[in-house]
Amino acid sequence: MNYRAWLCGAVSACALGFAAHAETITIATVNNGDMIRMQKLTDDFTKDHPDIQLEWVTLEENVLRQRVTTDIATKGGQYDVMTIGNYEVPIWGKQGWLMALDDLPAGYDRADLLPAIAGGLSVEGKLYAVPFYGESAMLMYRTDLAEKAGIKMSDQPTWTDIKAAAKAMTDKDNEVYGICLRGKAGWGENMAFLTAMSNSYGARWFDMDWKPQFDSPEWKATLTDYLDMMKTYGPPGASSNGFNENLALFQQGKCGMWIDATVAASFVTNAKDSTVADSVGFAQFPNKDGVDNHGNWLWSWNLAIPASTKKADAAKAFVAWATSRHYTELVAASEGWAASPPGTRTSLYENPEYQKAAPFAKMTLDAINSVDTKKPSVQEVPYTGGQFVSIPEFQGIGTAVGQLFSAALAGNMSADQALQAAQALTSREMTKAGYIK
Amino acid sequence: MATTHSRAAARLMLSPAVLLLLGWMIIPLSMTIYFSFLHYNLLIPGTHDFIGFANYSYFLTDPAFFAALFNTLLLVGGVLAITIVGGVLLAILLDQPMWGQGIVRILVIAPFFVMPTVGALVWKNMFMNPVNGLFAHMAKALGLQPFDFLAQAPLASIIGMVAWQWLPFATLILLTALQSLDREQLEASEMDGASPFSTFFYITLPHLARAITVVVLIQTIFLLSVFAEILVTTNGGPGYATTNITYLVYAQSLLQFDVGGGSAGGIVAVILANIVAIFLMRMIGKNLDI
Amino acid sequence: MARASSNRRKTVVTVLAWAIGLLIFFPILWTVLTSFKTEAEAVASPPSFINFHWTLENYAEVQSRSDYFRHFLNSVVISLGSTVLGLIIAIPAAWSMAFVPAKRTKDILMWMLSTKMLPPVGVLIPIYLIFRDIGLLDSLLGLIIVLMLINLPIIIWMLFTYFREIPGEILEAARMDGAGLKAELLYVLTPMAVPGIASTLLLNIILAWNEAFWTLNLTAAKAAPLTAFIASYSSPEGLFYAKLSAASTMAIAPILILGWFSQKQLVRGLTFGAVK
Repeated sequence: MNYRAWLCGAVSACALGFAAHAETITIATVNNGDMIRMQKLTDDFTKDHPDIQLEWVTLEENVLRQRVTTDIATKGGQYDVMTIGNYEVPIWGKQGWLMALDDLPAGYDRADLLPAIAGGLSVEGKLYAVPFYGESAMLMYRTDLAEKAGIKMSDQPTWTDIKAAAKAMTDKDNEVYGICLRGKAGWGENMAFLTAMSNSYGARWFDMDWKPQFDSPEWKATLTDYLDMMKTYGPPGASSNGFNENLALFQQGKCGMWIDATVAASFVTNAKDSTVADSVGFAQFPNKDGVDNHGNWLWSWNLAIPASTKKADAAKAFVAWATSRHYTELVAASEGWAASPPGTRTSLYENPEYQKAAPFAKMTLDAINSVDTKKPSVQEVPYTGGQFVSIPEFQGIGTAVGQLFSAALAGNMSADQALQAAQALTSREMTKAGYIK
Repeated sequence: MATTHSRAAARLMLSPAVLLLLGWMIIPLSMTIYFSFLHYNLLIPGTHDFIGFANYSYFLTDPAFFAALFNTLLLVGGVLAITIVGGVLLAILLDQPMWGQGIVRILVIAPFFVMPTVGALVWKNMFMNPVNGLFAHMAKALGLQPFDFLAQAPLASIIGMVAWQWLPFATLILLTALQSLDREQLEASEMDGASPFSTFFYITLPHLARAITVVVLIQTIFLLSVFAEILVTTNGGPGYATTNITYLVYAQSLLQFDVGGGSAGGIVAVILANIVAIFLMRMIGKNLDI
Repeated sequence: MARASSNRRKTVVTVLAWAIGLLIFFPILWTVLTSFKTEAEAVASPPSFINFHWTLENYAEVQSRSDYFRHFLNSVVISLGSTVLGLIIAIPAAWSMAFVPAKRTKDILMWMLSTKMLPPVGVLIPIYLIFRDIGLLDSLLGLIIVLMLINLPIIIWMLFTYFREIPGEILEAARMDGAGLKAELLYVLTPMAVPGIASTLLLNIILAWNEAFWTLNLTAAKAAPLTAFIASYSSPEGLFYAKLSAASTMAIAPILILGWFSQKQLVRGLTFGAVK
């Protein structure tokens, strides 16, 4: 440490002498709470790296995705570090757009990364991004409301249980809605949830000839049950609710149950923002009776470095810092253990202090470990990916299908019409892209 | 009157503007035309095969296309109708003697200064949200069921937001025009016992024709490319309910990253915009002797 | 009698006009009020109008998260720069069209306006590629050029309609006195054109300030203006109405204040030839 401090001092002295040594790296990130916290904690990084300056571009998720994709695909070179999902990492890695991250500093302890998460960020054994936080999906419910309604929630509920619980908890006069689910159109919004739900119903996106499967009975059952639950027990305006909107509703005590990303657990149990912090229970993502599948939802927000960057060393130093065990401890020291970025490191889940502070730790870890993105559905599929399909065309198709299902939720079309239109649209796009010959 | 010398000078003064706009139009446009014939997806680098009119046929047969065309017309027409009718009425009101006219004018003009993104975010979240929005609170206070604006009446809600932003502009131009109306003419017509309505329809409205034409022209230019309001509120949905042509082209080129398809869409949009432009210019030409 | 009725009428008009004015202004007022509430109060039902716990914490939070002043300065540079550059190019063009009209003047003017109807998304990728190659991505200069170009037709049109209202006889008189073209432009026309130019300047600053497509798509960190600043407050996690309101207030306040102070100048030239 002393040696390091001395070295840093020497480097900063150099930096004063030769201003050109100070490097500025531009980091594109999403406006989620964890990333905003990271921005506030960067003094810890710049203290050790006085020669590196950080420029932040913080944007809403969809805008961010569009900006960084345009930039990396056209080799615009505006960013040195990008925050991207595990959807993008393998696709971009294969294109040679990302820098392989195999030579991170010795203390980084790559083996500590959760295997399911690290596996999703590797192409042919090479890591192309490092995870900032990771998540699966689970059920969060209000224990007080369940008790009041006389329900005992199982740790592994089925969709039939969920429906019954939604009915029992709904109390519209007091603005309590039995179930809140994503309805806002987008491949990362309602389609993430609906794809996971369809997996748990035994459905799949494509058969082995890449023929879309929206005309299958499994998809019909998925969408019909989803619409039925949401229209009867869901909150008003559900067709424009995404993760963030549902989080706000749940925190205000307006949802009985919410099935969504595991990261939400730390927000809904945080007494500072949540009015229901003391009465939240957790359970596994539901499945349909007889289908052994719990959605296979796996998502991580990761830091990656474009292959074209001219500041590779500074960028690597930064991503290593932001995803290190040290960073986790830093957050714990300033905000408490429950706020540490979840779902990336085994050591966090073995830490007794974290286990004590985060009642949702075990459920989260189990959910992440049980995911198999190679085999998302009980049926055979030609693709990988849990709540998405890992092909470049999926963003466009997923969002367009998401619009149709969102319209069905808003009541503008029936489930059958939406499925039919989705089938036609997806067949069209897949033919255009050359998958269907 | 003008000498050849001053004509040459005039041409010289005009040329920078013309050349710049010509370059701004031709360079990107010719690239767009070129891309529109390629199989060019940003996410799939390498091959950019020439595929003829395939991108065009996909774009034009997209079920979203006709919805978008129709929505664009409804959006432009709806906002124009609201701002012109509202603008005329408001201009007449503001033209009357009153106390605090300056302050009222400041209040009315304010929405025009608000960033479209900010306006849309505020309307969406703080007013139209069916749970936490002010309209929902009002409905609940009256014992009514909150109305879910962006799901039940998405296009109408967007038209409302955009009209709120453009009403001040229409009002200001119409008010300026109204103030140039000959007072004596109005008084004379009143003396003749004409009802306020016939005065309005036979004197005021014809006088405002020119101003209305200007409002239609300028607003149409901006309304054809309404984008930010849709992006931050509905993302074109639910379904295609709020997808206009601009948003559809955006979805093609920046959500699907299909540059070929997006370019074909862009060219179609340019052609449609030109049809509107020709139509408008005809109308302007009649009303505006320039 | 007549006096009393006209007074009554004035009262009715005043009440009605104030009611409508406040209604139109209300969303802005509500945003400003909400920006001083806590997040919990911002969504409280029933909402409180002024008797809430006033706080500045949202402004502090917004400032600590995103550097407001840099975004603000970028907005100022971009909107002023593009407007001034636009005026430099537009004034001669509008002058020549207004005072030396040719057969094609009307066609040229209409063609210029029609370039404004091209949807920007259709040409984003080409512009992005060009900007990448000449190094203008995420630069103030690049944005100044683009915004100047997209607003140039409006500037020219506005100046043209204003210049046309300047009576030709004055020019003739100046020419009789033997004034050259340069003198004519500098000493005769310019003073008369100042109100029109001022009004054009203001309108274009407003348009450039609020432009949200190019400013967002061609910038990253260095040149990002307030439109990019606000983009990080749209639907974040958890409750955000108060922070969104604070960021919104900060983004629109400068231009709102400028607009209010200069509204007389703005309105004077904002006729686009609508008044004969």
